[in-house]
Amino acid sequence: MQYVVDGLLIGCVYGLAAMGMTLIWGVMDVINMAHGVLIALGSFGMYLLFTNLGINPYLGVVLAGAGGLLLGIGIYRVAIRRVLDTSHLSTLLATFAVNMILVGLGTAAFSTNPRAVDVNLGSLTIGSVTVQTTRLVAALASILIAGALYLFLNRTSPGKFIRAITNNRNAAEIVGIHSQRMLALSFGLGCMLATLAGGLIATFFPFSILSGDTYQVKSFIIVVLGGLGNPLGALVGGLILGLLEGIVPAFLPISWVPVIEFVLFILILIVKPTGLFGGKE
Amino acid sequence: MKSKSVAPILLALITSLLLNACAAPDTAQPTAEVDGVRVTIGFTVSKTGSLNVESTRQTNGLNLWMKQVNDAGGIKLKDGTVVSFDAKYYDDQSSKGSVQQLYTRLATKDNATFLISPYSSGLTDAAAVIAEQYGKIMITTGAASDSTYKRGFTLVYQAYTPASRYLTGAVDLLKDTDPSAKKIAILHENDKFSTDVCNAVRDYAVDQGYEVVFFEGYDTGTTDFAPFINKMESTAPDAILGGGHFQDGSTFAKQLYEKQLPVKLVALLVAPPESTFAEIGDAAIGIIGPSQWETQESYSAETAQKVNLPFYGPSSAEFTSSYKATYGEDPSYHAAGGYAAGLILQNAIETAGSLDPGRVKAALDAMNILTFFGRFQFSVSPEDHGLQIGHSMVYIQWQEDSSAALGKQSVWPAEVAAAEIVYPLR
Amino acid sequence: MKPRGSPGLWLILAGVLTVSLFPVVSDNAAMREVLFSVLLAITLASSLNIILGYTGYISFGHVVFFGLGGYVGLYLISAYGASLWVALPAAGAAGALLAFLLGKAILRLRGSFFALATIGVNEAMRALFNNLPRFGGSTGIALNFSVYEAYGGATRALWLAYGLMIALTLAILLISYRTKTSKFGLGLMAIREDEDAAEVLGVVTPTAKTWAYVLSAIMPAMAGVLYYFKNSSIEPNDAFQLSFSIELLVMVMLGGSGTVLGPVLGAAGYQLLRNSLLISPFFKNSQLVVSGVVLLLIILFIPVGAVGWLRRRFPRLRKTLI
Repeated sequence: MQYVVDGLLIGCVYGLAAMGMTLIWGVMDVINMAHGVLIALGSFGMYLLFTNLGINPYLGVVLAGAGGLLLGIGIYRVAIRRVLDTSHLSTLLATFAVNMILVGLGTAAFSTNPRAVDVNLGSLTIGSVTVQTTRLVAALASILIAGALYLFLNRTSPGKFIRAITNNRNAAEIVGIHSQRMLALSFGLGCMLATLAGGLIATFFPFSILSGDTYQVKSFIIVVLGGLGNPLGALVGGLILGLLEGIVPAFLPISWVPVIEFVLFILILIVKPTGLFGGKE
Repeated sequence: MKSKSVAPILLALITSLLLNACAAPDTAQPTAEVDGVRVTIGFTVSKTGSLNVESTRQTNGLNLWMKQVNDAGGIKLKDGTVVSFDAKYYDDQSSKGSVQQLYTRLATKDNATFLISPYSSGLTDAAAVIAEQYGKIMITTGAASDSTYKRGFTLVYQAYTPASRYLTGAVDLLKDTDPSAKKIAILHENDKFSTDVCNAVRDYAVDQGYEVVFFEGYDTGTTDFAPFINKMESTAPDAILGGGHFQDGSTFAKQLYEKQLPVKLVALLVAPPESTFAEIGDAAIGIIGPSQWETQESYSAETAQKVNLPFYGPSSAEFTSSYKATYGEDPSYHAAGGYAAGLILQNAIETAGSLDPGRVKAALDAMNILTFFGRFQFSVSPEDHGLQIGHSMVYIQWQEDSSAALGKQSVWPAEVAAAEIVYPLR
Repeated sequence: MKPRGSPGLWLILAGVLTVSLFPVVSDNAAMREVLFSVLLAITLASSLNIILGYTGYISFGHVVFFGLGGYVGLYLISAYGASLWVALPAAGAAGALLAFLLGKAILRLRGSFFALATIGVNEAMRALFNNLPRFGGSTGIALNFSVYEAYGGATRALWLAYGLMIALTLAILLISYRTKTSKFGLGLMAIREDEDAAEVLGVVTPTAKTWAYVLSAIMPAMAGVLYYFKNSSIEPNDAFQLSFSIELLVMVMLGGSGTVLGPVLGAAGYQLLRNSLLISPFFKNSQLVVSGVVLLLIILFIPVGAVGWLRRRFPRLRKTLI
């Protein structure tokens, strides 16, 4: 039972991280190869605010998220806009180039020394299960943010505009939606979700500028599992992955978990590329 | 920006970078001007990448040795020539591929006469091949893996205690402290070093009559030990041994504490001897770790006399104070290892009285000395030539003193123990 | 009547051969090492170009063939005492087989999906080899130094590996040219431009794509054997390094994808740039940033790469700049 709970909790955070990627992919058919480093930057943002200015870690997470939004819009304007509808390769490489630049700058600024933020909220024991409160809080925060994203996309005007351009960009432009602005906003939101996830992860794991890579690869798997462009699907996909990581070790040496994850990934791609919950093709 | 104007800019950028290829590699601080021969010692440092903390310390130790030798006037050979040293080093970015390219460059283009290994068994394994391929003597330090010496090398010599004897002392310690303990769980990082150490510990533990109830490896860079701890808990071990490097070791210790796993003894690799291990706070209390060297060790000319060995180089106290004076912090065993590598080379050249690789090699093969770092003697049998057979580990434990401040105390072996072991942990 | 081979091809081959022979003539091991890494990059980039540049399928995990080849080769050498002459073709066959099987499974995916699938394959292989004790698990395979005796000692073995690398490079360049000028290549490029239209026009797309993928896998596998033979050890994290795959992509884009000369220029330029950044005291901390900026500028402003730009700028040279 402990396995299941631990897996689900971490799965929520994985899901949050993946939501950012699936949003960008769904809206503009771009795979953000800088996703991982944005997660790491989110962790650093929260860490710096906490260590240097003494800001409460969770407030720091929010501020890191705001930074992520602005950074994302900036990245869109500089790197993505020009190559947006040219070819998959161009957008892939453009975001990858951004990744290289950010990792390089991050290494120069922070070195690759791992950092950790000491957030000690103790633990909760319910029955036979003990959970770290920090992980519980992170999981709850992820669900809240997912909910907020859902409301944003379905109840607010900008959200509806984003869904419109996802659906049919030309038609949306004809009815007067400023697509470039919405695209920039979507990219910014995707990056914001990544930095939020990074900030939350930093409350219970150590991190460095390179630690985002693992989460990026997991995000690929989750996005495909949950369906392209489907944020809720991403959350569920994250839960599934977390559950896998929590339960498989009970039966196999833990080093087999990545093998299973990737084989599952390839299988889904081959059998049902729209993901378990459907999304854009 | 129009396409046409970007191309020339790009061209200019790339050309200037290529011209930079003529730039000279890094050299150490200016060394004393001495009449005679300048010998180049080549090595790489992990200035970037995951190994950068330990590697920098190792390099600091090596550079300190070089500075002291050069300042003292260098080494005098049999024919009267005075030898002083130059260091040539590059950043290997903690990457194996870079290591091989860079050591090839050091051995060929930069004409290094002797090579020192990078930090870590993995990188050293890659570098040792290059040394052997180009016929250069290499002293390895910061590298404990035995497997490097089983590959048929003849010019590679190890300063550290090898992996096969790295953590076995913890089993001895357990046996001595609590004969009733029976079950051991081993969790190790999936890299060359940790895997070698833990394979050896497992074999030794089984030999000594223990039941190894858990034996698994985790990927380098793992931050989530919850699945492992959960799995371990169900096997109810008396002792947990293993770990990997500093980051994962500290995280593992921290998460063990958070989960309050009931275990009597925890001994982890690499992380506990670091002074920064204390940053995990209460989670560090009672954690044991093997160390290649601790400041408290008191090898000196007197101890050498007692065991009938020549004593070479500075004492522990002298080394510690000169290191502190130069770098502003207490030396860790990585730094001591770096210094010791230089010391080994110096002793070999002095004994040989020449720079001829054959003579220096003969001196290394015959070496049996005591230094501040401990005893050095190398195996000369063809199966494991170069393996360190003289040096052993000392075990420290983090304990709270009367004022509740955390400090490390050496607790094993009995000859060097400064405090009683705290047992059981929980 | 088919031309005997355009002047451009002979120029490229002659150029590569001449430069590669410099270290042999001057017995310069340092230069040999640099050129080995350049030739390796050219071979891998040109192979990638077949599936990426000609067929238009983005293989993000191309390094998987390199790693697999290295593992198969070193396994045969260490466990069975096989010689290079056995290990090389065996590795090539293994790479081709993997590509064939994979191709059947994932080549039906389009665009980003295919790219992601290749990443998944690479990571799966890495995780798999991490767990197989037969291949050394996480510590991999390390060759005993005595392996070099069979080739007359380490020094001669290193030169032999270099010579073989030159041969591989010339071979892939020939293959690349022949593919491009053949009907098969025409079919591939049709797939690249518009796969559905190609099918309508009679190109049997699944077969063509599979053969392209197989062709693109053989040389990297053999190159893997040579590289890891030189290094005398292999482990999963190095053999299946995703970042290396990405670097190959950059090389192809930098030079100009879909051309024979492009990967050569791109690989040579990138490797030399990388080497100079690695040892330069000023730039080494910013290697990644500089590479990233260069890549971004290329993608944003000159996506056709160096060769593409040259062809536009000097139309009269188009016949030579193939």
